[in-house]
Amino acid sequence: MSVIDISCIEVWREISNYVDNDVDAELRARLEAHFKVCAHCKAVVDGTRNVVRLIGDGVEYSVPEGFGKRLYSKIKNI
Amino acid sequence: MGAGTTKSYVNPNEAELIRRVNSGDKDAFYALVQPYERAVYTAAMSILNNQADAEEVSQEAVLKAFSNLSKFRGESKFSTWLVSITINEARLKLRKDRRHLYESVDEPKSDGDGDYIPKDFADWHEVPSEALARTELRDALKRALAALPPKYREVLVLRDIQHFSIEETAQALGISAGNVKTRLLRARLQMRDALAPGFDGSWVSGKQEYEKVRPW
Repeated sequence: MSVIDISCIEVWREISNYVDNDVDAELRARLEAHFKVCAHCKAVVDGTRNVVRLIGDGVEYSVPEGFGKRLYSKIKNI
Repeated sequence: MGAGTTKSYVNPNEAELIRRVNSGDKDAFYALVQPYERAVYTAAMSILNNQADAEEVSQEAVLKAFSNLSKFRGESKFSTWLVSITINEARLKLRKDRRHLYESVDEPKSDGDGDYIPKDFADWHEVPSEALARTELRDALKRALAALPPKYREVLVLRDIQHFSIEETAQALGISAGNVKTRLLRARLQMRDALAPGFDGSWVSGKQEYEKVRPW
């Protein structure tokens, strides 16, 4: 099956949807054909996927010590 | 819209706790919100970026949820509803604290309709899980996240840290699913621009400058 070419700019618009698996089969085929021939876009998609993984695993706002207790006493005093 | 005709997103356990709270049981309310303490705090931090402010806003949001609980109709998950109250409280606080600044935290005229052009095309060689062991990366990650404009950071935090769906993120933020996707794209590409160059060899080899590859 031949796929219709897609420009880099169009690829960048869809990168986040692609990483989320939120593109239809036709668009997916066009994007993947483009990644095979465009090192820049391949680098952008790989990096974006890595960023999503890193944020999911590596970022955490730790709740301050005693947060739950203080919240509980606020609720008790309503 | 009659509650009976709408799909309820509330699980039976939470529905029972809500019923008990509505008949005056405060301990049931703590049991209801306790599993979402971190989600509430994280949502507040995503906007305020300050521990003390985020805790204050979290408490206000939880108290507000208590006084408005009888209005909760189960049209979203309870957690989404609670997070949306937190987001609103955090935005109010940010607006109050920044009234003197020109920068508006309200909806911008455009939502960054123009295309985001990646700033460089550094290739990313390392596997994230291996890289995460390094403090410098975790610090870089935090710095990059803190540097994002709040409207991008809040979407990224809900989607990629709290793992909300597009729909839940839209509900919590009070914006359309399309807007969530647009902002998420920008947020992720900006994060990649901030982090990828470090993976292009400079962090590994200790080189100060990485080679930028720009086609223009």
